[in-house]
Amino acid sequence: MNFLFDGRSYTGLPGDTLAAALLRNGVRIVGHSVDLGRPRGVFSAGSEEPNALVQVGADPMVAATTVELHEGLTARSLRGRGRVDPAAADERRCDKGYLHADVLVIGAGPAGLAAALAAGEAGARVILVDEQPRPGGDLLNSRVVLDGAPGQAWAASAAARLAMLPETRILSRTTAIGYYDHNYVVAVERRPGGERLWHLRARRVVLATGAHERSVAFPGNDRPGVMLASAARAYANRYGVLPGRRAVVFACADSGYEAARDLAAAGAEIAAIVDPRGGPDRVTGVVTGVVTGVMTGVVTGTTADGDGVLDGVLVGDRLVEADLLAVAGGWSPVVHLFSQSQGRLRFDEELQAFVPHLSAQAERSAGACRGVYGTAAAIADGLAAGRQAAELTGFAQPVPVPRVPESDEPEPSPPAALWVCGDDPAASFADLHRDVTVADLARATGAGLSSAEHVKRYTTAGTGADQGKTSAVPGVVAALLGTGPGTTTFRPPYTPVSFATLAGRDRGPLSDPIRVTAMHDAHVARGAVFEDVGQWKRPWYFPLPGETMEEAVERECRAARTGVAAMDASTLGKIDIRGRDAGLFLDRVYTNLYSTLPVGSCRYGVMCTADGMVFDDGVTSRLADDHFLMTTTTGNAAQVLDWLEEWHQTEWPRLEVAFTSVTDHWATVAVAGPGARRVVAAIAPEAVDLPFMTFTEFAHGRVFRISFSGELAFEINVPWPYGRAVWERVLELGAVPYGTETMHVLRAEKGFAIVGQETDGTVTPQDLGMGWIVSRRKPDFVGKRSHARPDTARTGRKTLIGLDTHVPEGAQLTLDGRMVGHVTSSYPRAVLAMARGVGEGQRLVAHDGGREIPVTVVAPVFYDPENLRRDGDPFVQGGVSSFEPVRHSPAGNFAARFEAASKERVRLREVPFVPMWEVRGQDPGRGLRLGPAWWLVTGERPEGGVEVSGQRTVLEISGPGAREVLLTGCPIDLHPSVFTGHAQTSLAKAGVILERVGQDAYRIYVRSSFAAYLSEWLLDALTAYVASFRK
Amino acid sequence: MMLIECPHCGPRDENEFRYGGQAGVAYPERPAELGDEEWAAYVFMRDNPKGWFHERWFHTSGCRTWFTVHRHTVTHEIRP
Repeated sequence: MNFLFDGRSYTGLPGDTLAAALLRNGVRIVGHSVDLGRPRGVFSAGSEEPNALVQVGADPMVAATTVELHEGLTARSLRGRGRVDPAAADERRCDKGYLHADVLVIGAGPAGLAAALAAGEAGARVILVDEQPRPGGDLLNSRVVLDGAPGQAWAASAAARLAMLPETRILSRTTAIGYYDHNYVVAVERRPGGERLWHLRARRVVLATGAHERSVAFPGNDRPGVMLASAARAYANRYGVLPGRRAVVFACADSGYEAARDLAAAGAEIAAIVDPRGGPDRVTGVVTGVVTGVMTGVVTGTTADGDGVLDGVLVGDRLVEADLLAVAGGWSPVVHLFSQSQGRLRFDEELQAFVPHLSAQAERSAGACRGVYGTAAAIADGLAAGRQAAELTGFAQPVPVPRVPESDEPEPSPPAALWVCGDDPAASFADLHRDVTVADLARATGAGLSSAEHVKRYTTAGTGADQGKTSAVPGVVAALLGTGPGTTTFRPPYTPVSFATLAGRDRGPLSDPIRVTAMHDAHVARGAVFEDVGQWKRPWYFPLPGETMEEAVERECRAARTGVAAMDASTLGKIDIRGRDAGLFLDRVYTNLYSTLPVGSCRYGVMCTADGMVFDDGVTSRLADDHFLMTTTTGNAAQVLDWLEEWHQTEWPRLEVAFTSVTDHWATVAVAGPGARRVVAAIAPEAVDLPFMTFTEFAHGRVFRISFSGELAFEINVPWPYGRAVWERVLELGAVPYGTETMHVLRAEKGFAIVGQETDGTVTPQDLGMGWIVSRRKPDFVGKRSHARPDTARTGRKTLIGLDTHVPEGAQLTLDGRMVGHVTSSYPRAVLAMARGVGEGQRLVAHDGGREIPVTVVAPVFYDPENLRRDGDPFVQGGVSSFEPVRHSPAGNFAARFEAASKERVRLREVPFVPMWEVRGQDPGRGLRLGPAWWLVTGERPEGGVEVSGQRTVLEISGPGAREVLLTGCPIDLHPSVFTGHAQTSLAKAGVILERVGQDAYRIYVRSSFAAYLSEWLLDALTAYVASFRK
Repeated sequence: MMLIECPHCGPRDENEFRYGGQAGVAYPERPAELGDEEWAAYVFMRDNPKGWFHERWFHTSGCRTWFTVHRHTVTHEIRP
């Protein structure tokens, strides 16, 4: 395999990491250190690497020890720190996935494989996550013999047994990066096309994350050629690469001897073994014949050639020539995930390491990650942990327990309690990645810092991309302070994660749901400029060719004031409210009265929160004695529904009333202007003579006579499928389309406040000059008592005023140098502000940046203060053609793309125009039960059903790959044993009802406004799935 | 991400829910009869213990049911 490193071409072997391939080619210097620019080489053989950081493609900084070589790989060395190039092409297609398990095992070394086997063979659903390309953990790097065969054979056989278990899933090349509340583990899988971020939830977790060998801080311990002993052993055994010809082994722990034995077997000369412990008899046996004797002592320094690469090791007065120094400083159990789970650690004096102490979650550590060293012991520990996890999740039936194999390893002996040696602290590196030396740490402790957390912040030790996994910092700080080692908090992610991985497919047009109305495509075709209102795309204005925004808005306003204009008002929240006590309920949540509203009439209302502040407003109409239709502001639709349900469920459950969102069911066209009657007559002749604030039913829906512009205006409501046809017809009849900007101008000119524009959660209806809408007759409503609180009742609060001069929104207002208020809405002919203690005619100063603009307070009504325009022009009888609108389904435009993307393994289609009803209270005996007393029924109208056929559409995904596609966006457990019927949950970022309608078939009921977003998302997911399946 | 047991839908991820603060704070019978202090206590004052807490959750993305959860605010342990 050919690859390029820093522009030079090299050859490696399949299975090599970039680090192994570089060593294979004799590349000793892989990068330079972050602060001091010292040459650095490969230090480890895993994700704990502090030195060998490289840039690969668009990925600005990865450890060469984790990069799998492939043909044509191109990498560049780094100086300790990568730099994101925003212009770099990123070809990755990352995504995410959700999986659930009884038992999640993290790490597929001896302990993890054993745990997965014990749990899986007991019948538990098991997920085994492992960082390596194949299971085995350290067995892949070692020459240990188990039951007379290579350890790798044991690993392969264990993996083969796991592969036979249908409910066990092995995720290789997958690093668990975070362990969160309630056994929620996030892991990154490196897939050929890009990473997948796995969200894993398990009832029990077994941590089998192994241990990292650690370094010792001695002078010159950072030179290329200084390497962890376990890494030297891994390169020799696994990759057949000799990291040096003549090696010194610094064996503070037994792993040094294993490394010496394996390096010698691979052909290296072992120049010396240096062991501060003097070489325990039971381990030196393994190197008999490899080296003549073990030197008792410590490494006190190194020497280097002209390039800075190691050429000698100092042991006291003696200089030993060597090009490899293998350091076995002892082991640090990988307690990162355990610590992230909020488990408590303790320092084990014998092991000289932090080990898990008290669990905080339903987990258990097994093997080296809890200080149980040795292959056979780790397997035994893993089996016990797996068996226990199975039992605790209800898989207690007796099964033959896998046997613990016999290992040829000697009994381990305790490591030396040695973290720092030699007498040049400024050249002794405690944290290689951050270039932190023993001298730096001494300065920190000398400055009085005594906690590991403070030393970390003072020196940056442990804050590198490797999080100090191999560093000697805790022991060095302890030695400096004369205390026991302390540790810092382990935080996710365990290894660096790129933002592209976290974003997954939620980028570009899919970064956030785009909600559209039934008329959206018509707006696009007309060249509308859109404005984001929450997740909605709303037409802002409709420019004609060559028109500026100002010109377009002026023209749209003129049409609404003098002729007829139309706006898509579908985004307004709409809530169907029915039940015997509906009127009483509305009396309690609105400041004004609704129980007295006649059937057929509409009333504008304001809602307050309990603190008396304006929360939302809108028009509510009485459809029948026990039936109302509420409208809310676009932005607050969901919050208002929540609010109503909260009060009903938690405070007044005895009131007989039920709420159904019909926002997406009804498409709304507002027709405004003195000529509006002519347009409405052609669609709904019944509506021509409607009095102000009343409504009528017509063939396809309802027409309300309400106005937000001061002009004669109607709002035509039709079910979603007819929305586009009605809109097109209204425009054909001569209405000029207008957007939200014109709507704002028209309402500001009338002095109508907008919730969220004039209000900000600190404004009462009285502050808005709307005391008239606050009932004095009602004994109570939400917020009433607060209107009598001293602060809300006082004079001198900010109130709504008008200004005579066009100054920018947000400008501060002063009076005699005192701040008195701010501008809330500003248009050429209408400026609204909230200000305290000012009256009409008063002169204020508006501050816009550095500019000071004199303004005068006027009444906050700039147009038709006598409401003379409200009734428009009289209707002149004309030829009225019948209107038969065509239907459009929310995903109708996607039919061809669905068809094209559907393959044998997974198919996608819309099931359009399904008649749907929501039923509350009484069980209709059919349909999908959505809540304790809530059903969705399709087909025939059930008794008491609210029609919601336009509220949602149905997308159907089927085929053997359907579940794998869904789990890339649906967080619930879709396993066939768990997910049998239906659930209301989310898919991607849209709320859905998911129904399993066959072995491999699912129906997705999605809100119509989210249908285009979800269709795009599903197409993307499906394409990615089909592509990955080909690989 | 906590796993919260909805009484209707079963265990779901925390982000399917909306938090509703302290449980058991009833809307006063007759607000008009309360003094300013008492009313302010209802509107603004809530317990914020370090430890076990009865709190309200609303399953916004699911069955839209309000229910009470007994949760430890430090460990996030949830008791039935």
